[in-house]
Amino acid sequence: MFDAAPAQPLVQVRDLKMYFPIYSGVLRRKTGDVKAVDGISFDIFKGETLGLVGESGCGKSTVGRALLRLYEPTAGSVSIGGTNVLSLGDEALRKTRPQMQMVFQDPQASLNPRMPVAAIIGEPLREHTDWDGQKILARVYELMDAVGLNRKFANRYPHEFSGGQRQRIGIARALALKPKFIVCDEPIAALDVSIQAQVVNLLEDLQDEFGLTYLFISHDLSMVRHIADRVAVMYLGRIAELSPRDGLYARPLHPYAEALLSAVPEPDPALARSRQRIILKGDVPSPANPPKGCNFCTRCPKVMDICRQVKPELAEVEPGRLVACHLYSEKTAAG
Amino acid sequence: MPDQALPVLDVRGLKTVFRTRGGEVHAVNDVSFHLRPGELLGVVGESGSGKSVTMMSLVRLLPSPPADIRSGEVMLQGKDILKLRDEELRDVRGARVGFVFQDPMTSLNPVFTVGDQIAEPLIRHKGMTKAQAANRAVELLELVGISDARKRLSAYPHQFSGGMRQRVMIAVALACDPEVLIADEPTTALDVTIQAQILELVKDLRQKLGMAIVWITHDLGVIAGIADRVMVMYGGQVVEQAPVKELFTNPRHPYTRALLKTIPSLTGHRDARLQVIEGQPPILTAAPTACPFRPRCKHALDRCDRENPQRRALDDRPVGHGHDVACHWTPESADV
Ligand SMILES: Nc1ncnc2c1ncn2[C@@H]1O[C@H](COP(=O)(O)OP(=O)(O)OP(=O)(O)O)[C@@H](O)[C@H]1O
Ligand SMILES: Nc1ncnc2c1ncn2[C@@H]1O[C@H](COP(=O)(O)OP(=O)(O)OP(=O)(O)O)[C@@H](O)[C@H]1O
Ligand SMILES: [Mg+2]
Ligand SMILES: [Mg+2]
Repeated sequence: MFDAAPAQPLVQVRDLKMYFPIYSGVLRRKTGDVKAVDGISFDIFKGETLGLVGESGCGKSTVGRALLRLYEPTAGSVSIGGTNVLSLGDEALRKTRPQMQMVFQDPQASLNPRMPVAAIIGEPLREHTDWDGQKILARVYELMDAVGLNRKFANRYPHEFSGGQRQRIGIARALALKPKFIVCDEPIAALDVSIQAQVVNLLEDLQDEFGLTYLFISHDLSMVRHIADRVAVMYLGRIAELSPRDGLYARPLHPYAEALLSAVPEPDPALARSRQRIILKGDVPSPANPPKGCNFCTRCPKVMDICRQVKPELAEVEPGRLVACHLYSEKTAAG
Repeated sequence: MPDQALPVLDVRGLKTVFRTRGGEVHAVNDVSFHLRPGELLGVVGESGSGKSVTMMSLVRLLPSPPADIRSGEVMLQGKDILKLRDEELRDVRGARVGFVFQDPMTSLNPVFTVGDQIAEPLIRHKGMTKAQAANRAVELLELVGISDARKRLSAYPHQFSGGMRQRVMIAVALACDPEVLIADEPTTALDVTIQAQILELVKDLRQKLGMAIVWITHDLGVIAGIADRVMVMYGGQVVEQAPVKELFTNPRHPYTRALLKTIPSLTGHRDARLQVIEGQPPILTAAPTACPFRPRCKHALDRCDRENPQRRALDDRPVGHGHDVACHWTPESADV
């Protein structure tokens, strides 16, 4: 390849693990771990949007929080812009905050109910800049316009907003300092399609203008198709497939990715009838007790013997396409 | 189609206003709809258009002040809920009308275990013992696709993922086999496979128990798959209402038309830029005297400024039963 300059990873994650201890009994002794994230590695390039999709409870939010050190990961390394995030002390970590932000999945829980909206959106500006009140307010108005919140609502409190309006308050706050890297955890789930489009267009404009990098966590596979350059599909704490968008949507390689894409509801009733759905059988195993071998082996329509014994590693099976599945490593495994 | 059956729920002329420091907010303006047993009404509409406030008003879940239900009737099996005494109302809320709230984290109590929260209505309204209620709670969690259910009964909400919390809310709402289920964005945090499982469950409950359902969502794909009828809201009003196929094939309100155009596609052409509906939503500080969509409408007529359109039937069925729209414009009047 003769690409002018190879893209630089802004975010590098290696073998990240996040276990939550389980305590039980009267003595609250530790009896096990919820392996919410169980050894995942990926890069996000500068100016890129990496989509992160997968079943509810598979560990997406935990990945996002661990990257920004809102959790203390159990193991692994995370480097953002060359800084090893996991080894920073409190003050050094605070200083990096303006660079990396998160839009939270649960807007209500992440907004201070006793602060009016203008104060909430302006908070990072007060904390990390020396701007005066007027300049901050001007920026707050700009941000409210950008996410489609009426300026007249600036003095309202979070409970006076609808679900989708609250979500936009969180987005405006995350954008306030023009961070370099934003983890967007279901940023548009609560919004109607038109406002979803407005927010996604805004995220893309900011990316074009300032080279922002996003980790975009979402259940909405059509929106991920629109916004992401590459997409990571997670299952039970691990990455099943990480592929460029077009390749993944045209021809998913991992059987879980295939099932996931086939289940998207189709808004056109005529098309809806003709779509072939792969309905997965069986329950999602508990992350406290993942199956031996491949963690998808209990539900995989293409399961083989080896899948119940050996954990498949994420490996490049076609140029740019990483898949953790024995279907593709069979040849090598057989020797 | 259970077209002849009497409605379980019949809402007429509902108006809800918030009194705030900055003046009044007319969040719900003259909303009427009904539900028959086993029927599923999909509710879509712009963010802030009054979907949640409408549904919370039905069972008086909004604190007053600031909320004030100015007028309207909410008939549940022929009896007006808005006139019930507080203890009768508690029974309706816990047992007869199940509610899945839009914001699962704030509606689950952080200091009680998930198991206790599902068991509570069963003990209170169904007279179950603690052990019976715990067994039923396990069943309900399994129904909504949570693995290892018995072990998870003792977990607290913060130990669950967003989608798991949402499913706990669904389990709580279904616990007492309500006659009416009101689900406010119940699957936003769920991936498509679990969503499909929940939708199957809902179909089942409708058939087996005749549960009537209101399903609020931004996901038009979900609506296309499960709704019998769809109600479209804008600016605190119902602007269009129709059987589901009719709405997708023959949308009449300019807002509905614009909304249907904004859906990004999974399979079709991938646009460089997503479509948006230009302009700002209305701010609802007074009762509307003009059409709330007027400033953003491509087809606006002079009349739309003077007169807020009433819902009118587009077929031979009365308003609310067939296809109706609140709009002065007709495709034929296109170039007036
Ligand atoms: N604080 C915690 N303590 C214990 N377990 C936790 C905690 N937070 C998350 N978990 C568990 O970790 C797993 C992954 O949760 P996470 O929130 O990352 O899922 P998710 O992929 O974001 O799901 P969703 O799509 O539903 O939001 C779940 O099984 C959850 O129960
Ligand atoms: N306590 C309150 N005080 C003042 N205004 C309020 C209050 N609660 C809601 N509102 C306003 O009422 C309107 C309707 O809100 P509602 O929550 O019903 O919207 P929604 O259609 O459910 O939107 P979404 O899709 O974003 O959830 C909004 O404009 C909102 O700002
Ligand atoms: Mg999550
Ligand atoms: Mg709402």
